[in-house]
Amino acid sequence: MKKVSKRVIPGFGLSMGVTLSILSVIVLIPLASLVVFTAQMDFDEIIRTITRDRVLASFEVSFLTAFIASAINAVMGVILAWVLVRYDFPLKRLLDGMIELPFALPTAVAGIALTSLTSDQGLIGSFFAKYGIKIAYTRIGITVALVFVGIPFVVRAVQPVLEKLDPTYEEAAGVMGASRIKIFWKVIFPEIKPALFTGFGLAFGRCLGEYGSVVFIAGNQPFETEITPLIIMSELQEYDYASATAIALVMLVASFAVLFVVNMIQARSTRILKGG
Amino acid sequence: MKKKLISILLAAALTLTAFTGCGGNNDSGSDKSKKVTITNVSYDPTRELYEAYNKIFAEHWKEKTGQEVEITQSHGGSGKQALEVANGLEADVVTLALEGDVNAVRDAGLIEDGWVDEFPLDSSPYTSTIVFLVRKGNPKNIQDWGDLVKEGVGVITPNPKTSGGARWNYLAAWAYADQLYNGDEAQVKDFIKKLYKNVLVLDSGARGATTTFVENKQGDVLLAWENEAYLSKQDYPDDYEIITPSISILAQPSVAIVDEVVDERGTREVATEYLNYLYSDEAQRIAGDNFYRPSNADILKEYADVFDLNINLVTINDFGGWAKAQSTHFADGGVFDQIYEE
Amino acid sequence: MHENTIGTKAVKWLLIGISAVFVFVMLVLPLGIVVVESLRDGWDTYWAAVSDEYTLSAVFLTVEATLFAVIINTIFGVFAAWAITKFHFRGKKLLTTLIDIPVTVSPIIAGLIFVLTFGRQSALYPYLKELDIKVVFAVPGIVLATIFVTFPFISRELIPVLEAQGTDEEEAAALMGAKGWTIFSKITFPHIKWAFLYGVVLCSARAMGEFGAVSVLSGHLRGKTNTLPLHVEILFNEFKYVPAFAVSSILVMMAVIILIIRSVVEYKGKRNE
Repeated sequence: MKKVSKRVIPGFGLSMGVTLSILSVIVLIPLASLVVFTAQMDFDEIIRTITRDRVLASFEVSFLTAFIASAINAVMGVILAWVLVRYDFPLKRLLDGMIELPFALPTAVAGIALTSLTSDQGLIGSFFAKYGIKIAYTRIGITVALVFVGIPFVVRAVQPVLEKLDPTYEEAAGVMGASRIKIFWKVIFPEIKPALFTGFGLAFGRCLGEYGSVVFIAGNQPFETEITPLIIMSELQEYDYASATAIALVMLVASFAVLFVVNMIQARSTRILKGG
Repeated sequence: MKKKLISILLAAALTLTAFTGCGGNNDSGSDKSKKVTITNVSYDPTRELYEAYNKIFAEHWKEKTGQEVEITQSHGGSGKQALEVANGLEADVVTLALEGDVNAVRDAGLIEDGWVDEFPLDSSPYTSTIVFLVRKGNPKNIQDWGDLVKEGVGVITPNPKTSGGARWNYLAAWAYADQLYNGDEAQVKDFIKKLYKNVLVLDSGARGATTTFVENKQGDVLLAWENEAYLSKQDYPDDYEIITPSISILAQPSVAIVDEVVDERGTREVATEYLNYLYSDEAQRIAGDNFYRPSNADILKEYADVFDLNINLVTINDFGGWAKAQSTHFADGGVFDQIYEE
Repeated sequence: MHENTIGTKAVKWLLIGISAVFVFVMLVLPLGIVVVESLRDGWDTYWAAVSDEYTLSAVFLTVEATLFAVIINTIFGVFAAWAITKFHFRGKKLLTTLIDIPVTVSPIIAGLIFVLTFGRQSALYPYLKELDIKVVFAVPGIVLATIFVTFPFISRELIPVLEAQGTDEEEAAALMGAKGWTIFSKITFPHIKWAFLYGVVLCSARAMGEFGAVSVLSGHLRGKTNTLPLHVEILFNEFKYVPAFAVSSILVMMAVIILIIRSVVEYKGKRNE
């Protein structure tokens, strides 16, 4: 069956050729130079560079805040997508239209705007400051900036799948007496899971590398709120390309691993769905 | 199978030609009768200065040679700018914050050795120093470096790892402590450590730090370039005061011709005059008007009511030169890393 | 779908409420700050900032880079989605992961890798120089970086939809003798057109706002290689806080225009279905 499908539909050679050549020019060749530059160091040196206390601390800050921010975006993304697909309410189209706005705003502007909102003098920050919670210049601030940056990923990944989902299944399940929560977990969630994971993975990767907005809101205290991209930037300022690319490579491998796992999950669940 | 292979190759060839299609055009500046363009790659705080200077230089060059000159400006963090020139950003002249940054361009092979002596006064036509900007009325009564390590004082300064200007802040503080403790390094380090404990926000650049202090109202004192501090005061005369500490550091921004680029573009003559004219009385006054200290001692005296000329200024040579200061203090594992890691 | 029980209604409005609060705090307020700050010194300052000669050249460059990114990524996205979803081959997961990689690469690194590949330190540089092709610190570099950061946006939207649709219809059509283009335009495209629209919108929004990678590659030559986000950075660094926000608001408006166009196309299209 599989063999047959390969031959029946035309265009494999052409589509593969275009895909691979654009991929090479835009992604693979440039990324290869990252590896080449890192290879200028010997292995011990690379290990020493990426295990310095300060670098390790920055990994912790970056991974932790990126994970929390993407988790928040995963939950909010599903809710938003659900609301946008299933319900009718006033100003819905406006809400729908705004989802991509975080992309268009330069990250630096977003960072400056969010900092002025959440500093202890700001509109939101002064409210939280009354209860002793600081947002800007802490890890919470970093997370807020990353949530902003990652909003569109999950919503726009889940939305098309929900749109294609046939509500008759749910209605059938409802008629058979299943509770709303059960319907969600048993009928809807398995369908949107692959898309949700994709959105989460992309948001996570994006948050991990985010620089422009975070430097303004983070405070950049070493060991506390210093993110890995900032360390890379400071290595570059010292003309230390090798160290910069070594640390960059760690982040690249990490995001590659996350994406690969996400794609595995996605591939497996599509196979299950198709009964294969 | 063969057909498939051919179509893959065809597709590959098509994409590649599509990409090479967007090549660039190169305008040469050598033709005397036509307009000449040169690019000045500089650092962040010099924008207003060169905006004003480029106008008078264009007039001067027109008068001298009859030729029109257009100067393209590029501004950014000094280290980043140096890196970009080293990587192929076509600059005819660089006017950067530190000697070390110009040396980085030299090390890439673009500038010949001995550039420091090519123009007068170590190729440094204007200087600046580090001062304190405090809120109106100076509520925490900050007068000197010693007040910055007191408990409850919030300091705003950028990260020396990412900002050239922040390195001068750090070194100026070091110079003060060095004198206070007669060179006892353990005590000096302890002073610096306490100082950076009081730093609330370590922004990546000088502008970010100014925004944190001025717009977001964080901290009690901003360590700033003298010229930036005066600009902030000019914008908000009722909100801030400038405090000149007892000791500070003489920051000497460096200018140089990028030999490889001017030889290729045939712009050496105009580039040389561009930097030379920075030392003219007229240009020196423009520097003074933009709150840079003119290198020409006579013109500097005209600005005695603006600048505190009695300030005790150490230079980078007191730290054994830029390369040594860099490797001792700011390199990975240097003193600045140690004060956070201990 | 019927919404007749009280429980359902409560859930509906609860979820809508959560969404509205989230969007208001996370999106509307930051954008509100941009607008408020940009008008802090009145309309004259605003108008002077947005009609400045350098601002206009930045607008053109941003539009140019965005157009290139959308075109190249559309070509790529359609072919890649077709190859990945309609055929079985080895290394498919690797390929999809590689396509995603650009989104997760820190923009700083994205810029850096192009500098390393095409800059003065690269082995390619002498050849590029011979051919008089400038890539880094010139417009082609900016275009390349923009394509890079938006790379997966269109293919990523198309792949899940095509995957869910399966290959049966195309196979049937192919067996009946239809040619590749006919199959695509008659059978596949109607399924993916909304996903495609989402992808184009995402891609252009992101392309317009890209800052980090472009910043590393541009050289910040005034009036020559400054995109809108870079021009904002420059104004900000010039102590021109208010004009910086004014120029940012142009980006917000451009985004809003694109989103309105999308809504109109989508609304009309879905009504006709």
